[in-house]
Amino acid sequence: MSDEKQRLPTPTSYGLTPEEMAMRKKRNLAIALGLGVFIIIIFAVTILRIGGAVADRSF
Amino acid sequence: MTNADHSALAKSSSQLAGPGDYFALLKPRVMSLVVFTAFVGMVAAPGVLHPALALISLLAIAVGAGASGALNMWWDADIDAVMSRTLKRPIPAGLVPRSEAAAFGGFLSALSVALLALASNYLAAGLLAFTIFFYVVIYSMWLKRSTPQNIVIGGAAGALPPVVGWAAVANAAPLESWVLFTIIFLWTPPHFWALALFKRGDYELAGIPMMPNVKGDLSTRRQVFAYSVVLALAGLAPYFVGMVSAFYLIAAALLGGWMVWLSWLVLKASAEDFGPAKKLFGFSIFYLFAVFAAILVERLVAIYV
Repeated sequence: MSDEKQRLPTPTSYGLTPEEMAMRKKRNLAIALGLGVFIIIIFAVTILRIGGAVADRSF
Repeated sequence: MTNADHSALAKSSSQLAGPGDYFALLKPRVMSLVVFTAFVGMVAAPGVLHPALALISLLAIAVGAGASGALNMWWDADIDAVMSRTLKRPIPAGLVPRSEAAAFGGFLSALSVALLALASNYLAAGLLAFTIFFYVVIYSMWLKRSTPQNIVIGGAAGALPPVVGWAAVANAAPLESWVLFTIIFLWTPPHFWALALFKRGDYELAGIPMMPNVKGDLSTRRQVFAYSVVLALAGLAPYFVGMVSAFYLIAAALLGGWMVWLSWLVLKASAEDFGPAKKLFGFSIFYLFAVFAAILVERLVAIYV
């Protein structure tokens, strides 16, 4: 059993095809884009919700 | 595990799925109707919301609707795989694993509710959360496979977006918003049962108890007609609660009259003739769009003219 384990090659990657690599790149770019849009939206919501009230406080 | 095994595992996961396949999980066509009806709810509501915040709120509602679509596809992957209409969806097509659809839908659900709470108010966010819960748990998990009233009760989820939109602007959900809810709620049975009449084989194959394969065609045709009559009357309600003018009343009466006429043809059609059901299904989509578009036009005219 342990001998058999030793003989098996240790996989280092899933061996993606060029097509699979291209799709993975597209997915990664979509996630990056989504994250960027999310950051902009949260920033915009924060600014719009605070509005002019940011100056209405005692320092 | 050999390299070949790893390779096989990789092939069975989402290595070939593109962003478009994940977008397809959001049921874009359903999402577009949700966005439109929610937008009408927002425009019809009294109150002021910054245009950018309104746009972000609408985006949150769209994402919430899409998330519930992804969760529905996760739960129904087994029956999607046997129905011709749903066979090419990303999960049965082998492009997206079920677990990823569940994670994607769950993540987007939480995100959409949080975003709506930030952009508008907690009432709208709570209503959106309830809509997602109702569609996924009450409709998909419970009713869909257990009763022919599945789409009647489940229709509440599809009917809520204008109430969510209204609440996002007005921070309230008054009678007028529930009038819009009622129109979509009553529209759902004739719309889906018209589809079920000519896609009956699909639903039978998947074991879904739709009305035609539980109560038979004739009973379904009668109910389609009855619901169409009630829908046509409910379509007039916005006028009687003072939301719109006589222009809307005339438009809604004409549209409702045509809906009733088509459902009458469905009722009178012979058992093998599904032409009228197909016509009614197509027109029902136009009916809902036109009624809400008429409300939208009325409100925009009232605001800007």
